[in-house]
Amino acid sequence: MSMPFYVAPEQVMKDRADYARKGIARGRALVAVRYVDGIALVAENPSNTLRKISEIYDRIAFAGVGKYNEFDQLRVAGVRAADLKGYQYSRDDVDARSLANQYAQILGQIFTHEMKPMEVEILVAEVGVTGDGDQLFHILYDGTVMDERRWSVLGGDAEAISARMDEWYADDQPLEVAVREATAALVGADRPDGPLQADDLEVAILSRRNGRRCFRRLSDEQVAAALAG
Amino acid sequence: MPLFTPGSDPGSSFPELLRRVGLGAAPDTGLSADKPDLGVPHATTCVALRFADGVVMAGDRRATSGNLISHRGMEKVVQADQHSGVAIAGAAGPAMEMIKLFQLQLEHYEKVEGSSLSLEGKANQLSLMVRGNLPAAMQGMVVVPIFAGYDLLRTVGRLFTYDVTGGRYEEHDYVATGSGMLHAGTVVKIGWREGLDRAAAVALACRGLWEAADADSATGGPDALRGIYPVVATITADGWTRLDDGELATVFESIADEVRAR
Repeated sequence: MSMPFYVAPEQVMKDRADYARKGIARGRALVAVRYVDGIALVAENPSNTLRKISEIYDRIAFAGVGKYNEFDQLRVAGVRAADLKGYQYSRDDVDARSLANQYAQILGQIFTHEMKPMEVEILVAEVGVTGDGDQLFHILYDGTVMDERRWSVLGGDAEAISARMDEWYADDQPLEVAVREATAALVGADRPDGPLQADDLEVAILSRRNGRRCFRRLSDEQVAAALAG
Repeated sequence: MPLFTPGSDPGSSFPELLRRVGLGAAPDTGLSADKPDLGVPHATTCVALRFADGVVMAGDRRATSGNLISHRGMEKVVQADQHSGVAIAGAAGPAMEMIKLFQLQLEHYEKVEGSSLSLEGKANQLSLMVRGNLPAAMQGMVVVPIFAGYDLLRTVGRLFTYDVTGGRYEEHDYVATGSGMLHAGTVVKIGWREGLDRAAAVALACRGLWEAADADSATGGPDALRGIYPVVATITADGWTRLDDGELATVFESIADEVRAR
């Protein structure tokens, strides 16, 4: 009878993390940033049908990067969890923090117990009644949750993008500025094909001014207008 | 957080999701049809009609338990989603639960699928819910909705009515339901013309409710003393708009003037 080779647990975890990180870095990045009326989410996404950003609940949005089928499965699970909670208790009781924790549980469980970790990074964003209530929860492939305050960058090259965000960010910017600067930060100045255009982008907002359902997608025309400044 | 394997996934259906997580149907009460009077409030008259830009829906605000008025401010005409609305007559408890589930289902579908159901799809969905209520209807908890909306694919306003078994019937021009349906329906039937404008359609719907309230004790009229007016809403290509009480006060004032002058 052959014995399986011994592999140290540190090595198993490191291999899985490397595998997940590589998968995520292959995809394009995404930025969520606070602006005066809420939160803007900007993703580099040439597809007009396969979405990275979507609505979860009245004040909550979801964004994912990495493997589409995996983060889409998480998105649908989030919509279901939120709608069930709102039905059982009340619409006011659905919050991003509890959703983020549930996502962290699932991702952590899969990372340690399954053959293959999920190659995704996700964001759960909630817009508050005032700016102080805005929340960004960034969740990694291994279930690590980070509570971010001003902006959140998902995907490969996050450090460079974050550094570019830091150069311009100030509280209470108008939407056009937030979209334009976040788009510029996504790729930097040395992109071979020139700056990103409206049809390379998927942009959505969670706005305090939108009534009960705060989530709206911006059309290509609206994005182009914001980029033109 | 509910996760499903591909074979057992409830898809975009919220009622199916509720069943999968064990929050599905109400328990069987064991009541039988020979003791149907539970004293639960009943909601009454609603009308809906087509006009040039879409549809108008209107419903009075009274709920009754036998000969008593149990609510003066009930809202039986409610928005289902951006381009549709439901009006419900019948047992108020199950009716309100049905509306809540229906609204949730439309929103849940939209979020899961990334696009709204077609108007036809929404009408069929409501049909399934009414049919699901059939056991309760046999125990006296009858719920009969009107569904109205603006069909963005065909660019017309459309009306649907239901029976207790979930039977779905499309009405061409106007529809009424509830205890005052005969009076309200007759008024609207006589006054209806093709291509009415918004003001005329709203006035006609209000007139229908006025006559129903005049002849049917379970239908409430406009209550100027308490400032309670029927719920009247229009649904057009721009979506659902509920008329404010100021506008309704003017409409009912002119109906009252007309009646005084007779």
